[in-house]
Amino acid sequence: MSVLRPLDKLPGLNTATILLVGTEDALLQQLADSMLKEDCASELKVHLAKSLPLPSSVNRPRIDLIVFVVNLHSKYSLQNTEESLRHVDASFFLGKVCFLATGAGRESHCSIHRHTVVKLAHTYQSPLLYCDLEVEGFRATMAQRLVRVLQICAGHVPGVSALNLLSLLKSSEGPSLEDL
Amino acid sequence: MDSYNAPESTPSASSRPEDYFIGATPLQKRLESVRKHSSFIPTPPRRKIPQCSQLQEDVDPQKVAFLLHKQWTLYSLTPLYKFSYSNLKEYSRLLNAFIVAEKQKGLAVEVGEDFNIKVIFSTLLGMKGAQRDPEAFLVQILSKSQLPSENRQGKVLWTGWFCCIFGDSLLETVSEDFTCLPLFLANGAESNTAIIGTWFQKTFDCYFSPLAINAFNLSWMAAMWTACKMDHYVATTEFLWSVPCSPQSLDISFAIHPEDAKALWDSVHKTPGEVTQEEVDLFMDCLYSHFHRHFKIHLSATRLVRVSTSVASAHTDGKIKILCHKYLIGVLAYLTELAIFQIE
Repeated sequence: MSVLRPLDKLPGLNTATILLVGTEDALLQQLADSMLKEDCASELKVHLAKSLPLPSSVNRPRIDLIVFVVNLHSKYSLQNTEESLRHVDASFFLGKVCFLATGAGRESHCSIHRHTVVKLAHTYQSPLLYCDLEVEGFRATMAQRLVRVLQICAGHVPGVSALNLLSLLKSSEGPSLEDL
Repeated sequence: MDSYNAPESTPSASSRPEDYFIGATPLQKRLESVRKHSSFIPTPPRRKIPQCSQLQEDVDPQKVAFLLHKQWTLYSLTPLYKFSYSNLKEYSRLLNAFIVAEKQKGLAVEVGEDFNIKVIFSTLLGMKGAQRDPEAFLVQILSKSQLPSENRQGKVLWTGWFCCIFGDSLLETVSEDFTCLPLFLANGAESNTAIIGTWFQKTFDCYFSPLAINAFNLSWMAAMWTACKMDHYVATTEFLWSVPCSPQSLDISFAIHPEDAKALWDSVHKTPGEVTQEEVDLFMDCLYSHFHRHFKIHLSATRLVRVSTSVASAHTDGKIKILCHKYLIGVLAYLTELAIFQIE
């Protein structure tokens, strides 16, 4: 199975699974640890991947949320993300995909312009979050935020769906004439 | 300072921010431009004209020759308040007194240094992009010669110069009392730079901050300088990347024959007279994939730290050396833009 689809498996009972995709292993590992430390009513499963497609030999639960981690210091991580996006089914982008840009704090190390990532998130109609994953405090806050989003995407929060959340997260400024 | 005027038109669904700013004060225009920069909507890919403009005709290449082949440390400078070009002699005197006072206070490091110094302020004619740009000026610290002969010019201990090349976006937003010279280049001992910086900050209420050049801007510089037409090349085109790894970072250096680099750029370059983001990305990607094919290392995962071409060489810490007087203005124009961006 080379393309990830959101609804091709049955959900596990009270389980929410998140997939973190990114080239920076250490950062992903730290973010995963922070997320697992969070208090959460549902059972959390965090999967890490360097890139998509995922190997089909492994038996894995249904993925509720994909977070693509882009490191602004490295063009390679952006290229990797763009490659991986091809292996995600279009219906995933209805609120179940999110982009996370890290490294914006150290402007002098940035190889990618902020607008490139903003445009990428805009093209895929998905929210873009900024977080310096190297800083403990920011990482903990982001982990909290991702856990809440994950719970919504897994359907564990009554009354709010992933698509609801997506339209709430979209900026209140509508697209202007200059856009695309 | 006039207060913020309430906008004339009532806020309606179709009101555009530009309508509020007819006859706006500089501060309002400034706020508007800051707001535009932070807008959520991604802007179209940046287009830059490659500088290949010639040096202004009235500048004698001999006079600016001392600016070339020297390593300059870059700073960005906020506009100077009540700076006047007619008071340069006065400023020389004041700065001289200040430096001597500071050194005698023991704040400067070197012991037994010769305190016979002379400070000279002078204007650099022709170092500007557009007519609107303020004149560049130069500050030099010379050691007073021990010999009594008049002709002997002292040794230059420290040089610093202030300039503004095509600084329109900044010039529009400041009022009359300010002189905008956002780019400051210094060569010489760091202690002298610090003392002079303090004096300027106290006298003109401005602020210096070191200008670092990130990898994104370095790759733009590499592309723009490779695009310059040169009669003969004086240096190889060289890149230096820093690989973050423990315990010590690894440096990768890649040198290309300048004519090959130019040939690569010509094959990538489509729009005449302009350099676009896509062309820069493609140029760098060609280099990365070539390197990867041979060494199986992804240079795109590393950080570009230094770029050196026949036109100029730049280091990420904010150090620059300009080698070619033909493209001096072009190089400075880009640096001015970075400085203005940092100030804003």
